[in-house]
Amino acid sequence: MSRSPFLKPLLIAAWAALLFLPLKNIPSAAVVFASILSGLLLVVVVRKTLHPEARKIGRAAAGLGEKFDPLLRRFRFLLLPLSLVLFLVLPAIVKDYYLDVLVMSGIYILLALGLNVIVGFTGLLNLGFAAFYAIGAYTYALLNTKAGLGFWPSLPLSAIAAAFAGLLLAIPALRLRGDYLAIVTLGFGEILRLILNNWDSFTNGPNGISGIDPPIVGGFSLGTLTPYYYLVLVIVILSIIIIRRVEHSRIGRAWIAIRENEIAASSMGINATAYKLYAFTFGTFWAGIAGTLFAAKMRFISPESFTFMESVMVLSMVILGGLGNLYGAVLGAFLLVVLPEVLREVQLYRMLILGLGLVLLMIFRPQGLIGKTGVINR
Amino acid sequence: MFILETRDITKNFGGIRAVEEVSFKVDDGAIVSIIGPNGAGKTTLFNCLTGITRPTKGTIHFMDKEISKLPPHSVAELGIARTFQNIRLFTDMTVMENAMVAQHTRTRYGLMSAVIRSRPFKQKEKVIREKVFEYLELVGLEEFTDTVAGNLPYGSQRRLEIARALATEPKVVLLDEPTAGMNPFETMEIMELIRKIKELGKTVLLIEHDMRLVMGISERIIVLDHGIKIAEGAPEEVRNDPLVIEAYLGRETPH
Repeated sequence: MSRSPFLKPLLIAAWAALLFLPLKNIPSAAVVFASILSGLLLVVVVRKTLHPEARKIGRAAAGLGEKFDPLLRRFRFLLLPLSLVLFLVLPAIVKDYYLDVLVMSGIYILLALGLNVIVGFTGLLNLGFAAFYAIGAYTYALLNTKAGLGFWPSLPLSAIAAAFAGLLLAIPALRLRGDYLAIVTLGFGEILRLILNNWDSFTNGPNGISGIDPPIVGGFSLGTLTPYYYLVLVIVILSIIIIRRVEHSRIGRAWIAIRENEIAASSMGINATAYKLYAFTFGTFWAGIAGTLFAAKMRFISPESFTFMESVMVLSMVILGGLGNLYGAVLGAFLLVVLPEVLREVQLYRMLILGLGLVLLMIFRPQGLIGKTGVINR
Repeated sequence: MFILETRDITKNFGGIRAVEEVSFKVDDGAIVSIIGPNGAGKTTLFNCLTGITRPTKGTIHFMDKEISKLPPHSVAELGIARTFQNIRLFTDMTVMENAMVAQHTRTRYGLMSAVIRSRPFKQKEKVIREKVFEYLELVGLEEFTDTVAGNLPYGSQRRLEIARALATEPKVVLLDEPTAGMNPFETMEIMELIRKIKELGKTVLLIEHDMRLVMGISERIIVLDHGIKIAEGAPEEVRNDPLVIEAYLGRETPH
C-alpha cells in the first residue's frame, strides 16, 4: 500500500483549521492551517530526504541513547525520593491556587488508578465510573450530615459502598462483553445521577448536600489546603503501592491474562467471571475513596459533579497515559487536571487544544504516553 | 488404568454435527494421537474435553470424575491442560509471566498477603518462579524469560504454549497441532519434547497432521472423519486401515 505520506499532515491541518473556524475568522483559520501543515510537512520531508548516512548517524545516536539507558536506570532509584521530597516541600513553594489544582489531580489520580484496574488491566470498558465516584461522595456526605459520622470511619465505609455497588452492577453486566458492557455501565452512571438528582428527600436533589465536615486528626482539622494536600498525597502514595503490589501478584496476573486472552486464561485455571468481578470491585473501591476525598474537600456535593463527562474524563486520563499502565494513569490524570488550568490564559481555546492534543496522541502514539513498555514499567 | 474416558460424546453446532458419538479411553501415561482430515472435529473434541464447549450429549470421565459439565477453569484445576491450534498466548506479558499465570490454581494466596508482601507471599512467589522456570527450561526458553511473548519467533511461541500448559501441573496434556507451521528440524525437537513430557509421568493427547511425528511417537491413534471415529489402534493398524486411507487420500482411481 503506497499512501502518500503527505495525506496525514494535510488531514490533520485541515481538521484543526476547521475546528478553529467557528472561533475566529477565516484568515486566522487559514493561518492555523498553513502553520500546522508546514510544520508537519517539514518533519515528513526531513525524514524522507534524510541522507542514508545521516540516518545511520541517527541510528547510532539512538544506540548511544540505549547505552545511556542503563545509566539512567541506575539513577532511577533517585527518582522516587526526589519526587517525594518535591511533593513534600511543594506547599511551601507554590501558591494556594496550584496546591488546590494538585489536590484535585490527586483525587483524579485515584479515580484513574481505579478505572485502570477495570479497563487497563482486565480489559472491561466502563463508561459509568463517575457513578462509583458519586456513591463514595454521597455515602460520606450522608453519613456525615445525617448520622454525624466523621471522615475516618466513613472513608472505609464509603469505599466499601462503592465497591459493593461495583460488584452488584458487575454480576449481571459481566454476562455482556465489550461494547455492550460499556453501554450498561454508561446507563448505570446516568441512572444513578438521575436518582441523586430526583430523590429530594434523601439526597436533597439538585441542591446537593452542604456542610460536610473536613477530616479531623487529633482535634486538628485538615480542612485547610496544606494539610489536606498532605492527606491526599499520603492516600495517593498508599494506593499506588497497594495497586502495584496487587498488579504484581497472582491476582494482577489473572486480570491481565483475562484481558490478553480470556479462553487461554480460563484454560489455565483462572475463573474468569470471578476475577472480572474482583477487578470491578477492587477498581470501584478506589472511586469510593476518591469520592470521599472530594466531598470532604468541597464540603458540598451535588449531582452536577458526577456527570457522564466525568466518566469520559477519567477514561481519557487512563488512555492518555497508557491503558494498563499504573504510572500512565497517574500521569494522564495529572496532565488532564493541570493542563486545562495552565491553559486558562487562552480561555476559549483550552478545551480545543486539549481535544486536539488527545486526537494527535491517538494518531501518533495510540498506546498512550507511557504505554505498556515504558522505561519506568520494567 | 484409564485416566480419561469419553462416552458417546456428541457436539452439534446448529444442524452441523461436529463430533458424533465418539467414545475412547486413554491409558494413564500414554501418548495418544487424534488424527483426521481438516474439519473432522478434532479441535471441537479438545474443546469438549477442556470445558470450553459443553458436549450436546455424552459424558467425559477424568480419573473417575464426570467433567463434561465443568467450566474450563475447574477442568484445568483437576489436571487437564491444553495448548491451542491458533496460538493463544498472553502477548503483552513476558515469557515468565505467561507461565506464572498457569500456576494460578497451584500456588495460592489472598489479596492481603499480596498487599503487605508477607513472608508466605514472598515464598510462594519464589516457588512459582522456580517451578515455572523448570518448564521453561524443558522447552528451551530459559534465556527468554523477560522477553515479551508477542515478540517471540513463531516456533518459540508454540513451545511457550506447551511450557504454559505444563506449568498448570496437569496429569493430562492436550496438544493441538504443536508443530503446525514448523520445519522438519523443529518438528523433531517437538517430538523429543513430547517424549520428555511423557517421562514426567504425564499423559499426552495430541492432535497432529505430521504423520512421521504421529507414527513415530503415538502408542494409540484415534482417527476422526466428519466427527465420527472411524478407526482406533496402534500406529501399524491405523496406517493400514482402508477406511483411514480413504478418508485421507480418497478412493483409488486408475489414471
